[in-house]
Amino acid sequence: MVTLNSKIPEGPLAEKWSNHKASIKLVNPANKKKLDIIVVGAGASGASAAATLAELGYNVKVYCFQDSSRRAHSIASQGGINATKNYKNDGDSDYRLFYDMIKGGDFRAREANVYRLAEISNNVIDQYVAQGVPFAREYSGYLTTRSFGGVQVSRTFYAQGQTGQQCTLAAYQALMRQINAGKAKMFTRRDVLDLVVINGKARGIITRNLITGEIERHSAHAVVFATGGYGTVYYLSTLAINSNVTAAMAAFRKGALFANPSMAQIHPTCIPVLNEYQSKLTLMSESLRNDGRVWVPKKKGDKRPANEIPEEERDYYLERRYPAFGNLVPRDVASRAAKERCDAGYGVGETGLSVYLDFKDAINIQGKETIAGKYGNLFDLYLKITGINPYKEPMRIYPAAHYTMGGLWVDYNLMTTIPGLYAIGEANFSDHGSNRLGASSLLQCSADGYFILPVTIGDYLADEIKTPKISTDTPEFEKAEKAVKEKLNKLLSVKGTQTVTSFHKRLGHILWSYSGMIKNENGLKKAFKLVSELKEEFWKNVKIPGGLNELNHELEKASRVADFFDVAKLIITDALDRKESCGAHFREEYQTEEGEPKRDDKNYSYVSAWEYTGEDKPPKLNKEELKFKYVKVTERSYK
Amino acid sequence: MNITLKIWRQKNEHAKGKFVTYKLDDVSKEMTFLEMLDYLNEKLIKEGNDPVAFDSDCREGICGMCGLYINGRPNGPKKGVTACQLSMSVFKDGDTITVEPWRAKAFPVIKDLIVNRNAFDKIIQVGGYISVTTGSAPEANSIPVKKENAERAFDSGICIGCGACVAACKNASAMLFIGAKVSQLALLPQGRVEAKERVKTMVAKMDELGFGNCSNTGACEAECPKEIKLTNIARLNREFYKANLS
Repeated sequence: MVTLNSKIPEGPLAEKWSNHKASIKLVNPANKKKLDIIVVGAGASGASAAATLAELGYNVKVYCFQDSSRRAHSIASQGGINATKNYKNDGDSDYRLFYDMIKGGDFRAREANVYRLAEISNNVIDQYVAQGVPFAREYSGYLTTRSFGGVQVSRTFYAQGQTGQQCTLAAYQALMRQINAGKAKMFTRRDVLDLVVINGKARGIITRNLITGEIERHSAHAVVFATGGYGTVYYLSTLAINSNVTAAMAAFRKGALFANPSMAQIHPTCIPVLNEYQSKLTLMSESLRNDGRVWVPKKKGDKRPANEIPEEERDYYLERRYPAFGNLVPRDVASRAAKERCDAGYGVGETGLSVYLDFKDAINIQGKETIAGKYGNLFDLYLKITGINPYKEPMRIYPAAHYTMGGLWVDYNLMTTIPGLYAIGEANFSDHGSNRLGASSLLQCSADGYFILPVTIGDYLADEIKTPKISTDTPEFEKAEKAVKEKLNKLLSVKGTQTVTSFHKRLGHILWSYSGMIKNENGLKKAFKLVSELKEEFWKNVKIPGGLNELNHELEKASRVADFFDVAKLIITDALDRKESCGAHFREEYQTEEGEPKRDDKNYSYVSAWEYTGEDKPPKLNKEELKFKYVKVTERSYK
Repeated sequence: MNITLKIWRQKNEHAKGKFVTYKLDDVSKEMTFLEMLDYLNEKLIKEGNDPVAFDSDCREGICGMCGLYINGRPNGPKKGVTACQLSMSVFKDGDTITVEPWRAKAFPVIKDLIVNRNAFDKIIQVGGYISVTTGSAPEANSIPVKKENAERAFDSGICIGCGACVAACKNASAMLFIGAKVSQLALLPQGRVEAKERVKTMVAKMDELGFGNCSNTGACEAECPKEIKLTNIARLNREFYKANLS
């Protein structure tokens, strides 16, 4: 059994981070030069961490599977980034952001981590502005903000619907500057296939060069995983199609715990599935719910075009069910409400699996130009994909797999249970509980990368200053490299009849059906059996053309899908264990009379941290009890 | 619908490439261009053939990873889209579609339709940033920026670094790519401090990496999936002259 020590500092909530920074160990500049750090993943969290660590003087090596750090999927984040500047003078504060996130996460996140995030949020905005992120401004030249779901203040900074792109490029540029300075080195087109642990410490990685196929060894004094989420396990998701969980699963197999795997966010406003060949789903930013009104016809199966349905025959069901928050309820609530209406037969579109998001009233009141200024590029994107002009007709939207709150378990220093291995950004589990609020993922990954990890990693590395360069010529590297080669050769040797994608689609379908927006015990048990069988079939019948020592996309995909089976089993195991509903985890058996999630704080107020016990063996559950000292734990209501 | 594809196949950077013809039946108009290629590849794999290698990631037009020369134009006949956003509905039953990689000296072919665009990173590395070390930023509202300038900086800053501008240009110039970054940062007070040095180093690097010069045909603007304006090149030139005259 692993002992879970979250290392939350003593003292009052608002002083924990300051006290911690003042008391942890430091590495002096002369010694930083002698220390190597590997960063895996180069999105908003990976690039910002790598750039900042390099600025501090460490030697940084960065790995990503794309051809450039600028392509990481943080680039697709749309709506904005939260901070407690209180520029609108609407009563915002660190405590309020902290409270919104704790409540939004349905009381399943760690108080100290979330408060720290609120405290750092203003530094993140300062940093991005200084780096040249063109956030939206007032005519006066000062920054402006907008509202987001689950919140009653206006604290979201944005650059139209491309905030993630602008922030990610700022972090990318900071990293490029350090490459120019010779302090960081970039390894693009690399898949990270294993973690190397020596004497209990993370010391390196095994990569595959995706151009030559060569298996390579890389060592360092510490390793940082900024590898993003695992939403692509659902096959269709808002993620980039190559996003994967392989590095995190390698860490899991080497002893890192995987926390809250079942906490997956299904985003309410995505463009619905249009055809069977579809390879991904496109998000329409939550910011649209600021001005867009969600509705379905009051009459079941009403096939009239949206604009022909009169006002009194429309059911603005979010405004009806949640008068206090209306269209701005959190994502999990909005997603379930859409599913409920569609399952009841009120859905619109060919398949009946979508609802309207209507801007008619907003355009009438504010004018087309104002709406175009706020959402112009999102409207264009929607028009490009669907051929429907949202200025004239309502958008059709439906929920899609989007973000994973679960991830590698980390302590307050963002270190996993393997000493020297850190997880930052979406790859860890720390701050969003069982549901993430909008515009807080850019905040979290930037805070982790720019301001938290670069400080906390010093506490570990201070004890490593006497450790010489880590050699890759050790039995541990030898063994890890051999295991990777064996696994890839095994995949290539199956020579079956079905393509990798066909397996991935089937896996996604199982998870979406039984472990998506609504789950129950029988369905989850069935899903576990189906996934186990599918995994077995995959290893007997997958067909991968080409060889190991060449560019081979099918082999890359197969290696990723192999890990998706295992994370799917973890997701289901966790969902079965959690006999309550909270946030995005909705177990049909546990709901209030009004159909809202029913938490069980007496028995489930914990982070479930799963421990690997062997291939296809049931993982072991470790619990981190959650204690709430600074908020009153209540029923989460948005009514 | 049924289509014929003529696709550039090239084993690696040094191999000689050639067009290979594929007939593809039952293509749906609802597919994107890349989903059509996925569909072709599924078929090729099942038949025991080597699938066509092409790059893509986000599949929503923002990462800049994809990019194909389709019927002699970057990303095909439709304006303002990436290959992943191009709908097959722009083609007709019986069409023959030619698919090639970006062609430019600075973007060598890696395999089939995949090219090496590291040159873009190298240009950014020498100056495509504001040199602000983490932690040293002042309070965000202490740097007011005219709304209009912030919006113009955004319009330049939305470049996705895909390389369509280079592929479209008969000189394989990277001026629109560089112009967009130089403009974004030059329009902001935060970026003015290093403006001169930035434009000089980025242009020098562009020349060194084998990109051509701009001869004002405007093909880059016409083919840019993000519709980045030619005025970015004008500003680049202005910034460049300013930097070299003073």
